[in-house]
Amino acid sequence: MTATAPTLSPAPTGAAPTPRAPRRTALVPTAVLALGTLYCLLPVAWVLVAATKSGRELFSTFTFLPGTGLTDNLADLSAYRDGVYWRWMANSALYAGLGALLSTAVSALAGHALAVYRFRGRETVFNVLLTGVLMPPVILAVPQYLLLAEAGLADTHLSVLLPQILSPYGVYLARVHADAAVPADVIEAGRMDGAGEWRIFRTLALPMMLPGLVTVFLFQFVAVWNNFLLPYIMLGDDEKFPITVGLFTLLQQGAGTPALYTLVITGALLAIVPLIAVFLVIQRFWSLDLLSGAVKS
Amino acid sequence: MTRRTPAASAPRATRAARKGHGERRAPHLFLLPAVALFLLFFALPIGYALYLSLRSVRVQGLGLGSGARREVWAGLSNYADALTDPELASGALRVLGYGLIVVPVMLGLALVFALMLDADRVRGRSVARLGIFLPYAVPGVIAALLWGFLYLPDVSPFHFVLAEAGLPRPDLLDGGPLYGALANIAVWGGTGFNMIVIYTSLRAIPPEIHEAARLDGCSQVQIALRIKIPMVAPSLVLTFFFSVIATLQVFSEPTTLKPLTNGVSTTWSPLMKVYQDAFVKGDVHAAAAGAVVIAVVTLVLSFGFLKAVGSRTRQGESR
Repeated sequence: MTATAPTLSPAPTGAAPTPRAPRRTALVPTAVLALGTLYCLLPVAWVLVAATKSGRELFSTFTFLPGTGLTDNLADLSAYRDGVYWRWMANSALYAGLGALLSTAVSALAGHALAVYRFRGRETVFNVLLTGVLMPPVILAVPQYLLLAEAGLADTHLSVLLPQILSPYGVYLARVHADAAVPADVIEAGRMDGAGEWRIFRTLALPMMLPGLVTVFLFQFVAVWNNFLLPYIMLGDDEKFPITVGLFTLLQQGAGTPALYTLVITGALLAIVPLIAVFLVIQRFWSLDLLSGAVKS
Repeated sequence: MTRRTPAASAPRATRAARKGHGERRAPHLFLLPAVALFLLFFALPIGYALYLSLRSVRVQGLGLGSGARREVWAGLSNYADALTDPELASGALRVLGYGLIVVPVMLGLALVFALMLDADRVRGRSVARLGIFLPYAVPGVIAALLWGFLYLPDVSPFHFVLAEAGLPRPDLLDGGPLYGALANIAVWGGTGFNMIVIYTSLRAIPPEIHEAARLDGCSQVQIALRIKIPMVAPSLVLTFFFSVIATLQVFSEPTTLKPLTNGVSTTWSPLMKVYQDAFVKGDVHAAAAGAVVIAVVTLVLSFGFLKAVGSRTRQGESR
């Protein structure tokens, strides 16, 4: 008791804040969030460090001690099977970029139709499209492969691209945004001025829906970039693999030979850099909340 | 905002009569791509899977030569096989155990982080929000690969620290710990997105409500428990619903860990078994029946839950 008394006594007289001081940091929430952030960044920090290590350093030095092999690792990765790694990256960019662009276009058209017009069966169409969200990918992927194989499209770029164009969640987001952002009087005024329905969509509705459509694009881009099951089932030729399937096959070969570990690790780092960079850049003018269907009013 | 009501007034009616044709046709044309893609890539494959699941291949003689393998109607025998298949059943049990860890831990953490983000006087809010969300941008395969290396005794920092401290080092890639190891990958990847969903609905609560509760002498914890959590219940239900669907179909994470350990078999999860049936054994009929069973179980479980909590989630849809 006597030992603690001196340390306690200065507290009330010192810079201790009053109980309701607005500037004081709330310790518990801040600490919990800091721990959560550390947990989430740990594997990313690890791969960042591990990619700098040579094969020998990977097993001999402390995990979070940077190594000296980054440039060698990058050169090895680029040289692996005549640069097939960059081929995978390009494929992923194609699948995700073009797929998300087409998906956004389809969602914008459907969302506009569902929000602006009244017609028979509108809610039925919307609800049926939404059931697509609930369809487990497994019941879709295997028959999709068989049907595309019938059509002679299995193991082509199209077989990965086509099934991922329609995004039920994208249609939902586009409708919510069109509902909130496109006032009915604007559409009406456009008609009074004699604009056709297509022109009203292109020049009036589309610009107003844009923030919502950016969200649809990002959502679908991430969904396609991260997809593994569909391309894994559809593709046999590794020249057409996206990065997820490519890295998986690399790991499969590398599991027995630790010499390939550094390639897998460097490849993993390079594969997550583009998406993380996109999110870091885009969050300046785009809010994460939009992903969950939030609408600014 | 005013909703458009067609033919509400006389001048509108004449205008509608003049332009009605294009206006009536337009929504159908705008919907055409979405509906066509839905029919081709959702409805047709599901119908085809159902069809395949009712057929099977009968082999005559040694199965050599043309005409030796014939496709015939099989009734429900594929389903009987799937439901009595011990591999599928034990896979289902494994995924159930895995899901019992993933869903509560992931949604619990997402809720706690969302409440902390919403608390007053928090420092580093935007950094934490982005940091915790970031794993969403990492593909499941790569997440499994990163954690796989972090679990691997030769490379793992956890093993390094435990070894330095002279403590026993558990094998994270086998037996009981494997469930925790796999669950951790899903929790790591999914917490951030769910946190954002819950946080968005937390921010939609009018601030006057907290203010009133605070004036009545409620503590932050009481406000969280009595006001915030009940008010975000619909978004909790929604995140639970989608988490269950995703969890029961786990495929890429265990498939990625497989090369690193013998603890993961080729039929660890039901979905991996379906893949084996379709592409290793080449029996698409058994695979189709397995896929239908997984889909039905998934939908029954998730909708059963929705019904049990007397869902309010359809609010947003009927506008």
